Amino acid sequence: MKRRLNKSVPCALAGLLLAGCATTPPPRPDYTNFRQFHPRSILVLPPVGEGTYNYLSTVTRPLAELGYYVFPVALVDQILKNNGMPYPGDMHQTPLAKLAELTGADAVLFLTLNQYGSRYQLDKFSTTVSVAGRLVDVRSGLTLWEGSGSAYEDSDMETEYDSDKGFFANILNDILSDFFSAAIDNAIYGRSDNAHALCDDANKELFFNPGYGLLYGPYHPHYGAEPPSSWFE
Amino acid sequence: MSSRRCWRTVCRRILPLFLFATLSVLFAGCTSPDIYSWGRYEDLLYASYARPEKASAEVQVERMEADYKKACARNQRVPPGFHAHLGHLHAQLGRLDEAHKQFEMEKTEFPESAVFVDQLIARLNKHETAAK
Repeated sequence: MKRRLNKSVPCALAGLLLAGCATTPPPRPDYTNFRQFHPRSILVLPPVGEGTYNYLSTVTRPLAELGYYVFPVALVDQILKNNGMPYPGDMHQTPLAKLAELTGADAVLFLTLNQYGSRYQLDKFSTTVSVAGRLVDVRSGLTLWEGSGSAYEDSDMETEYDSDKGFFANILNDILSDFFSAAIDNAIYGRSDNAHALCDDANKELFFNPGYGLLYGPYHPHYGAEPPSSWFE
Repeated sequence: MSSRRCWRTVCRRILPLFLFATLSVLFAGCTSPDIYSWGRYEDLLYASYARPEKASAEVQVERMEADYKKACARNQRVPPGFHAHLGHLHAQLGRLDEAHKQFEMEKTEFPESAVFVDQLIARLNKHETAAK
């Protein structure tokens, strides 16, 4: 009995360690400042990086549906340009006091697009959107929250037969992907840019990821309640 | 023997699919409904950058007015920024009264916008007096 125990303890420890290595999640953001300076309104500056204006139109909805007042992004862009900030980089460098004077915002969201677009890699066509965000309190200058999100798609995967999935799942997959690509191509608004279709997924990870996303804002019915730390709690 | 195989197929292939379908319907029912009626607001914003020739101020105004009517008919709110954006489009087209009306609506719906909208109104007034 004693011998067995001696063997099983190191085994279990090693197993725990390995399991820890495989699934260590990134550290959770600290919400202390967020709770203290809980903003009502968020000013979204056009992101720095590639694909600024293709991405910009997708950011209002998640923030507004979380319960925040979001300043009209296109109009803000124009007003800032009129005030001597021609590029997103200039807007990000502008003192918070100036941004507060122009908009009266409680918090400013600084976004960086680390990756936006499609590229050919050997035989496949892959598309990535990767975005990082930092929410800053206008009056105190303190960072309230930081996060990141990304979405990735390989165009080859849609047509290949995936033997793990089974016959019907493959057919379903084909039908769905045909339907969506047709819908995207045909959209009169020109959603032909592949990366644009991934923005919603990247934003979902950035803003809604339980335990990492934003707290609910004042227009949300759950304002004041803690968001779940995981979908299964 | 063959009936056992048949059962295995049912368990392995069809049951998971059935479960998945049921769960996804359930979860779809659980997600909280949107706070706002979005219409084509974000699509128009995207088009105004990606394909400006397809989203002139006239086109945007026409679509947004139609979306606003739809939202009102369903007793839903339009999203933050909607009225301010629409007001700005009206101003671009020279319809200053309509622009004023939209800016005021933004302020009434969302008091957080007051500082921003008041400056838009001030600019509009300056423009008006300059025109006279």
